[in-house]
Amino acid sequence: MSNKLSYLNDTIVAAATPQGRSGVSVIRISGKDTENIGKIILRSLPKPRSANLKKFYSLEGEILDWGIAVYFPGPKSFTGESVLELHCHGSPVVTSSIINEIVTCGARFAGPGEFSKRAFINEKLDLVQAEAVSDLISSQTEKSAKAAIRSMTGEFSKAVELQKEKLTLLRVHIEAAIDFPDEEIDFLSDKELIARIQACDDSFSNVIKVTSMGRLLRDGYKIVIAGKPNAGKSSLFNLLVGSNSAIVTDIAGTTRDVLRETINIDGIAVELRDTAGFQQNVGVVEKEGIRRARKTLLEADIVLWVNDIAEKKENIPDEISSLNDVKAVLIHNKIDLIADAQKLNKKERNTVYLSAKTGKGLDILLKTIKSIAGHEETEQGTYTARQRHIEALRRSFDHFKLGKKAFYDKKDGAIVAEELRLSHDALCEITGEVTNEEILGRIFSEFCIGK
Amino acid sequence: MLVNKKFDVIVIGGGHAGTEASLVAARSGAKTLLVTQDPSTIGEMSCNPAIGGIGKSHLTKEIDALGGVMALAADRAGIQFRILNASKGPAVRATRAQADRQLYKQAIQSIIQKQPNLFVVSGSVEDLIIKNYQANGVVTDALEKYYAPCVVLTVGTFLGGRILIGNEESSGGRIGSSASIKLAQRLRELPFCVSRLKTGTPPRLLKKSLNFDVMEKQPGDVPTPVFSFLSERKDHPQQINCHITRTNCKTHDIIRSHIHESPMYSGVIEAVGPRYCPSIEDKVMRFSSRNSHQIFVEPEGLNHKTVYPNGISTSLPFHRQIEFVRSIRGFEKAEITQPGYAIEYDYFDPRDLKPTLETKYISGLYFAGQINGTTGYEEAAAQGLLAGLNAQRRAKGADDWFPLRHEAYIGVLVDDLITRGVSEPYRMFTSRAEYRLLLREDNADQRLTPIGYDLGIVSKKHWQIFQEKQEALNNESQRLKHIKIKKNSLTQSDKKILGFKLNDNCRASDLLCRPELKYVDIISLSSVGQGNYSKKLTLQQIEKIELELEANAKYKGYIDRQQKEIKKQSKHEKLKLPTDINYFEVCGLSNEASQKLSSILPATLGQASRLEGVTPSAISLLLIHLKKRQMQKSA
Repeated sequence: MSNKLSYLNDTIVAAATPQGRSGVSVIRISGKDTENIGKIILRSLPKPRSANLKKFYSLEGEILDWGIAVYFPGPKSFTGESVLELHCHGSPVVTSSIINEIVTCGARFAGPGEFSKRAFINEKLDLVQAEAVSDLISSQTEKSAKAAIRSMTGEFSKAVELQKEKLTLLRVHIEAAIDFPDEEIDFLSDKELIARIQACDDSFSNVIKVTSMGRLLRDGYKIVIAGKPNAGKSSLFNLLVGSNSAIVTDIAGTTRDVLRETINIDGIAVELRDTAGFQQNVGVVEKEGIRRARKTLLEADIVLWVNDIAEKKENIPDEISSLNDVKAVLIHNKIDLIADAQKLNKKERNTVYLSAKTGKGLDILLKTIKSIAGHEETEQGTYTARQRHIEALRRSFDHFKLGKKAFYDKKDGAIVAEELRLSHDALCEITGEVTNEEILGRIFSEFCIGK
Repeated sequence: MLVNKKFDVIVIGGGHAGTEASLVAARSGAKTLLVTQDPSTIGEMSCNPAIGGIGKSHLTKEIDALGGVMALAADRAGIQFRILNASKGPAVRATRAQADRQLYKQAIQSIIQKQPNLFVVSGSVEDLIIKNYQANGVVTDALEKYYAPCVVLTVGTFLGGRILIGNEESSGGRIGSSASIKLAQRLRELPFCVSRLKTGTPPRLLKKSLNFDVMEKQPGDVPTPVFSFLSERKDHPQQINCHITRTNCKTHDIIRSHIHESPMYSGVIEAVGPRYCPSIEDKVMRFSSRNSHQIFVEPEGLNHKTVYPNGISTSLPFHRQIEFVRSIRGFEKAEITQPGYAIEYDYFDPRDLKPTLETKYISGLYFAGQINGTTGYEEAAAQGLLAGLNAQRRAKGADDWFPLRHEAYIGVLVDDLITRGVSEPYRMFTSRAEYRLLLREDNADQRLTPIGYDLGIVSKKHWQIFQEKQEALNNESQRLKHIKIKKNSLTQSDKKILGFKLNDNCRASDLLCRPELKYVDIISLSSVGQGNYSKKLTLQQIEKIELELEANAKYKGYIDRQQKEIKKQSKHEKLKLPTDINYFEVCGLSNEASQKLSSILPATLGQASRLEGVTPSAISLLLIHLKKRQMQKSA
């Protein structure tokens, strides 16, 4: 069944500050379980409305971080419920591990604008602010939907869709066995069923493994540097990264693989990728590099197309500028080699003149990137979306395992079906709802049912 | 002729919905009129002679728990009882009774006759009296006018019914009964959305022309299951066997080579039929890899001349029906007493209804049963009960009542209908219920009888028996909790019963939680023994208590989890949405969501959340809008 209702009587959690490697990150918890969660994470509740230095513990008793905790007992708080704020170190890893512990303690990830919504419902905001809350919810919903999409690579959504399909097939068998016992098909002892359980199990383990290695989900904004060979892409990459991680030579085609590095632009986490140059007449190795570069481009949020202005003033090729959901910035590199650099028209939109060698123009590039990426960062960032996905996936797998165990323990069919339904529901939080009606529809198309 | 023509509630139609509707209204004290074309057909089972089955038995037991009559009649008419899904767990086990048509009808009619406040009149309703969008009464073909503030319409397939046998076409609600054409025309003038559905029936066969010796026997279960909370095994008539035979390649060849003669395939019928109840033409054509299908040869009664071959509904011409029927084992000399037919009929989009089954456009007018696009006696009866109850409450000025999805299958049924509408005849399945482990046959009484008693539709006697049973249930549950099973004092027979090594001492109630142990196993342990039940309880009630104890133990963790979930939702489910919301003015709501909400006008926030296209943030926005209204009002 749908999880459409974000209940008012449970406890929510979210990072209250934008993601990235800022110095401090604030995690906010609100709801009736706030006190219980505080007692677990902090060992004891801090004195109300005062800053307390505390250690943050995991459920296993491991120290995750330490920082300031502020406790606002309801109703005297922003939301009108008991609120706990944890100020931890700004690393995304620390923030997410603390949030995960809080979710394990029984809170759920806050929906778009949900803290404000609660504040309004509990009459902490006045009528004038109602519209602002509504606007916040709509805008954050849109952004969080985008973030959810952005957090998944095509591979990830494909893997989850496949998983959902396998689970659907399994449920079709079990539900058919329950709802159509008079049919001649013995759905439950069907060999096919055991095969389906196994197939489902295998692919679940696989998705979980790959996901936890971080391969299928991304954390931050993705910027890809592309351009013709020797336009200075790697130099720009190195300039942005601030270290010499890419090999830079004068020979065209030095960068054959895709290099990646996470950088931080004023608190916005950005994954930077360097790619092989686009050229014709190349060897096998370069060809593979170019194929990867094109694939990388499809996953980009921003493409920095590097042009060697010393050679020729060229525009971004159509194949790049026409990509959906990708913003392209034209970088005219090597202005240090041009004598009359001052005369260049610098007022074109999303165009930056710079020298990767001298660093001139870097400030303008950073500003451009920030203005594109900065807008998109919200409470509901990609990184919350990513955490949500992993959490839902794990929950789905847990229920599946319980269902499988119930099946092999010969517990009753209704219990097996219940666990599989819960598993399915959790998976659908990532990919969208499957209704009871759809399961019935699949039963009717797969089996000849009925008297 | 009735002298005083003023009533509290008028029910049109004497089918399963009409029966429960008029009885529940009369039971709670409303002066009720039942108008039916032919009172001798009240309680007729117009399709196959059986009550219950998966999902449907749950509905039947819920009706019973609310004081309805379907289960009582099934017990007085059932000639073969079975428990389906017995091995798959108490949540999905379902009782099914093969019924003697005549006995069923008699049982229903005798209850109707004895019911105070209920008046039956023979006639065909041709018009509704409506004033200012408010139901006010009915006009019959005899031009008699009857007045009531609440009218329940349960006219089944009689509205615009069209019967097809091969190329022969006639109008009617079922063979031998006329269709309500004038009423159908009248209703089409009202602002309701009307569409067509179809369904089919198999030919009826003369019992003595069949050779049962070559068919597989299907006996009923022993001990015989009982339907109603108030019945006992001794209420059952004589029990007999059913039989099973099958179609074969020859049958399929005949059907295939004459498929173009079937109106469904030649395109004469365009309406949608149920996918779970395909005609034999459908089965043969769509699942061509199967060269045989089962046929349940269901007796229509102990002394009835005909049988109902369940599984071969068809609309082929009569002579083709004879041909393919006689190709079936045991049917070689079969005589068809009534050909199979397809029937196409009007139904009203149930999304035009409130959760009480009152229409949104005309107050005091209720629709129940097949008219809402459902199929099945049980689905019809459940709606009848709900509509009749609310009609009576409205007439009295009392609050309406309807069960939610976690309270009853009746709640699932109504919510599905009014929220999602239907695309084929709707029938209940357990997979439609999210809270399947809570909504069981065995606890229907616990879930609904106290509510029914409060609503005044459960009799004092029924309530008293229920309380006695509850007390016994609690006592037995407490007893098991207090008996300690010591691992070192197990006898040989105890060990054999357990079948596993007991590592720790535990309580008898703990053992009941284990999947492999049943209640009977636990009480046969030397330290446990039989429960001490009061002599007032019948054997059936004790058996029921055992089932409930077992189910509660086996599902404990799941029940707790589902109950938590329900508690979370309860606020939203109870939050009624005002009817005067302009959804296009809700700040931030997408156009799609506004349109969907305006067209359905959900009764509660919970119902709104189940609409397609209504997202979680749409619900948040609605919630803020409601709060805003409330703050503005109090300001």
